Amino acid sequence: MQNPEDLVRTTRQEVVGREIVGETGPLEDLDVLSEELGQGAVVAPGGGEVVSHGGLGRRIFSVFIENKLAVVGVIVIVFFLLFCYVGPLLYHTNQTSASEALFAPDNAPPGNGHPLGTDSSGFDILGRLMYGGQISLLVGFSAAAIASVFGALYGAISGFFGSWLDPVMMRVVDAFLSIPVLFLAIVLATVFRPSLTVFIFVIAFVSWLIPARLIRGQALSLRIREYVQAVKVMGGSRTRIVLRHIIPNSIGTIIVNATFNIADAILLLAALGFIGLGVPPPQTDWGSMLSNGVNYALDGYWWEIYPAGLCIVLVVVAFNFIGDALRDALEVRLQQR
Amino acid sequence: MIGFLVRRLLQAVVVIIGVIAFMFVLIHLIPGGEARAVLGPKAQPVAIAQFNKENGLDLPLWDQFLHYLWNLSHFNLGRSYTLNQSVGALIGESLPKTLILVGLATLLAVVVAIPLGVYQVVRRNKPEDYIITGVSFILYAVPAFLLGTLLILWFAVYIPIFPTEAPQSTSIIGILSDPRGLVLPVFTLAAISIASFSRYMRSSMMETMTEDFVRTARAKGAGPRRVLYVHALRNAIIPIITLLGLSLGTIVSGAVITESVFNYPGMGLLAVNSAFKEDIPTLLGVTFVVTIATICGNLLADILYAVVDPRIRYAKS
Repeated sequence: MQNPEDLVRTTRQEVVGREIVGETGPLEDLDVLSEELGQGAVVAPGGGEVVSHGGLGRRIFSVFIENKLAVVGVIVIVFFLLFCYVGPLLYHTNQTSASEALFAPDNAPPGNGHPLGTDSSGFDILGRLMYGGQISLLVGFSAAAIASVFGALYGAISGFFGSWLDPVMMRVVDAFLSIPVLFLAIVLATVFRPSLTVFIFVIAFVSWLIPARLIRGQALSLRIREYVQAVKVMGGSRTRIVLRHIIPNSIGTIIVNATFNIADAILLLAALGFIGLGVPPPQTDWGSMLSNGVNYALDGYWWEIYPAGLCIVLVVVAFNFIGDALRDALEVRLQQR
Repeated sequence: MIGFLVRRLLQAVVVIIGVIAFMFVLIHLIPGGEARAVLGPKAQPVAIAQFNKENGLDLPLWDQFLHYLWNLSHFNLGRSYTLNQSVGALIGESLPKTLILVGLATLLAVVVAIPLGVYQVVRRNKPEDYIITGVSFILYAVPAFLLGTLLILWFAVYIPIFPTEAPQSTSIIGILSDPRGLVLPVFTLAAISIASFSRYMRSSMMETMTEDFVRTARAKGAGPRRVLYVHALRNAIIPIITLLGLSLGTIVSGAVITESVFNYPGMGLLAVNSAFKEDIPTLLGVTFVVTIATICGNLLADILYAVVDPRIRYAKS
């Protein structure tokens, strides 16, 4: 079934004389594209001429910027980055020494020098949100980065080498995926008694599986492409094919997935923090703050619950908006060529 | 069909062996080994050696692995040193409770989500459709621990209709005889599934409505109701089975959160508590059982899917 929009795209592609190869991934022929960036028009593998409509980056950007939710997402993330990293410079609070916090009233409602009140140890909640947010964002970004890089390499190798290696590598992924995420994270967090750095690796460890699967799928379809065959014929090494061709051509999938991964990592950290297995004190994160507030839910100390909860939801939703828009942008770009 | 079954079963067995190997490796990765985890950080080397000898930890690794497999195959999951009880007994107590929670939540999710998705298709692109989409998006975005907390704050503290805790009774009948206490936990766990299932149901139904057989049914004079409920719904509902299988892991992870929010003594709370006490045998035992249950659930969903929809059966074999 073809909807009219697809039809228009197909015709446009035919006009510029580009043949449509079956089973298109989100991003193929990046080599061609990167040249396109510099020269405006090059000869495509099909023999036709590709007419460039402005730069590649600009086109992705324009599709992305048209998506209002994505713009909202970016604004929210920028706000939180400023809030967490610049905020403490403007709004000084003590978030490490409980003894100093002792002088502040515990569980004080908002007002009186504490815009969002204080928690059960007397820490100022507004300041604590900034401080905990640093950890949440840091863990989210780093874990997603490590998971994406490792997952992409793993998947590319598995898909490209094929034969006996592929099923073996994929069964390993299946085995890990069959352990419910939170249980896997709890087990790892208990066995390794994590510091902040170990924590990042624990979360990366439960997050690399999906990208590995996705990129393996891409690699399977890329390995039989003509240009990969050409590299082989010209004597390019297998490492070169994986690193210079398979990975770059899957970069769209990797980036989109990484964005969702950040959201998931922040959520997972919050969940672990909530059940009490978060980053070790005196550090904190939004999930641990929320967990602390729940103990006082019966007393109705709402200021220990709403702010941290709102931060988690806003950041996670924002990253999901951005991920959705990136997916649209990177896929539409392919179709508009 | 037989070929498909055999292949799918073999795959599950390979995955289970992989999980077991991983658990085995983890036990040996504990800093200081199992002995130190049990005897404490200040244990004397002599005591550690004694412990290792008693528990067969001085044997070669492959020998230990075989022992481990042997024990697992006899449902011997080891002993909890902190509770001084066999892990199997602990799991026996808490597993039925989690099954009740997960079962009720899944049931609620299916019973609510499917009519919701169908209703959205009936009223597609009308205000009702948009409102339901909006609500399910919010439910999807709010993590279970926050939702549970908010529900307690609103419906147990501000408006005290429900208790703040789940039923604490040790017997199944005791738990089921307190339905009021189950409302908040079950809804907390079901919320995210309601959101994702109804979204999925809506798009599956929309897709089915464009199929040829729907057009044929219309051409033969079937009324809109008959087309919707007899022809489209029955076909659109099939992929939900796969979705159920795939969501099992998420639901089980959600159960950990729900159980800790509402202090419900199931597998999740057992896992969290043993994590606090660094009771590794219990934690690994619980994880193992939960994983096996998830794999079996997945397997069941796949088989059921192939049974219900002959097209899948032929495509896969």
